[in-house]
Amino acid sequence: MKDFLLIFRNDYKSTSQHSPEELQAVTKRWMDWIGGIAAQNKLTDKGNRLEPSGKVVRSSELITDGPYTETKEFVGGYIAIKAASLDEATEIAKECPGLSIGATVEVREVSVL
Amino acid sequence: MEQQEFIPHLFRTEYRKITSVLCKLFGIDHIEIAEDIASDTFLMATELWSIKGLPENPTAWLYTVAKNKAKNYFKHNQIFRDKIVQQVQYSTSEIHEIEIDLSEKNITDSQLQMMFALCHPAISTEAQISLSLRILCGFGITEIADAFLSNKETINKRLFRAKEKLRIAQVKIEFPKEKEIDERLETVLTTLYLLFNEGYYSSSQDTSLRKDLCLEAMRLTFLLVENKQTNTPPVNALLSLMCFHSSRFEARTDQYGATILYQDQDKSLWNEELINKGKYYLSEASQGNRVSKYHLEAGIAYWHTLKTETTEKWESILQLYNRLLLIEYSPIAALNRTYALSKANGNAEAIIEAEKLKLTDNHLYHSLLGELYRGVDATKAILHFKTALSLAKSPADKMLISNKILDFEKKA
Repeated sequence: MKDFLLIFRNDYKSTSQHSPEELQAVTKRWMDWIGGIAAQNKLTDKGNRLEPSGKVVRSSELITDGPYTETKEFVGGYIAIKAASLDEATEIAKECPGLSIGATVEVREVSVL
Repeated sequence: MEQQEFIPHLFRTEYRKITSVLCKLFGIDHIEIAEDIASDTFLMATELWSIKGLPENPTAWLYTVAKNKAKNYFKHNQIFRDKIVQQVQYSTSEIHEIEIDLSEKNITDSQLQMMFALCHPAISTEAQISLSLRILCGFGITEIADAFLSNKETINKRLFRAKEKLRIAQVKIEFPKEKEIDERLETVLTTLYLLFNEGYYSSSQDTSLRKDLCLEAMRLTFLLVENKQTNTPPVNALLSLMCFHSSRFEARTDQYGATILYQDQDKSLWNEELINKGKYYLSEASQGNRVSKYHLEAGIAYWHTLKTETTEKWESILQLYNRLLLIEYSPIAALNRTYALSKANGNAEAIIEAEKLKLTDNHLYHSLLGELYRGVDATKAILHFKTALSLAKSPADKMLISNKILDFEKKA
């Protein structure tokens, strides 16, 4: 088994266009999806959501506000899973309920230091 | 109570009290001496009472005899006296006169401290449960062997090794320090939880023994609730969970000893009093801001006590299982979650999810798939039930699965 990080990116604007009911339904399906991964004993970290505001440091002199929620590729959260291969991890990612409201999932194998 | 029943009952309740008090006094190194004195006391009681009849106050009689035996032991055992008596001196200057305090308060305190000592991480959980059954619950070796579907020899060996390990680890019989309590309680709660499960799910055919295990687990958990320092939200949540589960005790076995599944139970047999107690402890558990796995399991058990099938019921159970699995994976939680999923989201989705679990050597996995395929694909359903039957070990499980297969064949 290998470790993978699933990074969720979303379009902040389009997410806010959905009704509270729609978002609530996504939350339920999200919990069912995570619960399903955990039920297969493949969830290694339930992960977290990230606050929308922050800072970006490029060099010690260059610190800007951001990341900008206007950007489409805004990192909103992550979870960690284990899977036999990148393909298997990708299959799990394909079922992420966020995909239906415009989110993307980046699947990255963890390279242990 | 008839004398034949009265003595074993008294043995259980008083043996554990005397042993705990003496153990506390002597220290973990001399746990066997404490056990021997308690056993001798009861041997003498059985012999004498069968000839002379019961004394007026059997408990007081037992305490007096136990005290005298302990004092005699001190007198006649030079090494023990030199080593121990000095340590157990409190304020008396008299070296030979030792105080054996069998007051209710000291009994409770000793039992609580023993609970922490026996549920020590130095020994395996199986050994913790066996030792707890022997010393905290006063169970006989045969009873413990029956509960574990094992034999006396194995249990004796297990107890012996466990005591040896506790000695080597120099485990102290004392109350954990204030800041250590939560951490130490965790091990104690795990043992009590497993002790309860051993009774609730064990494959032993002896239903009254199984009920006793559950009651003992509840009694010990209740001791923790009654004590101010250990009356924490997770302890209350665990007790609540035990109350909710045991409310279905009368409904879950038929007259032949076969298991009756939740959905087929006669709900009028569910015990309202225990359900209400469960609700009480659950509300006590909701103080504080930490959600333990016992909180989630008590929540799941609470929803199961509702007799009407609603979408809300199964959706709530499903979400609690989702959260439980995030804290801790277990095959049984994964299977139960998938059953809740079928009730909340439908069988089609649940079948896909169930097949991902791949718990192919677990009979419950095949039973679940058999259930899910009911009304969807009868051939697959029967096939899964037949695999389940070949994997099941306990007679109660086998009977249950055979009946399911018979039902299908009748309909076909």
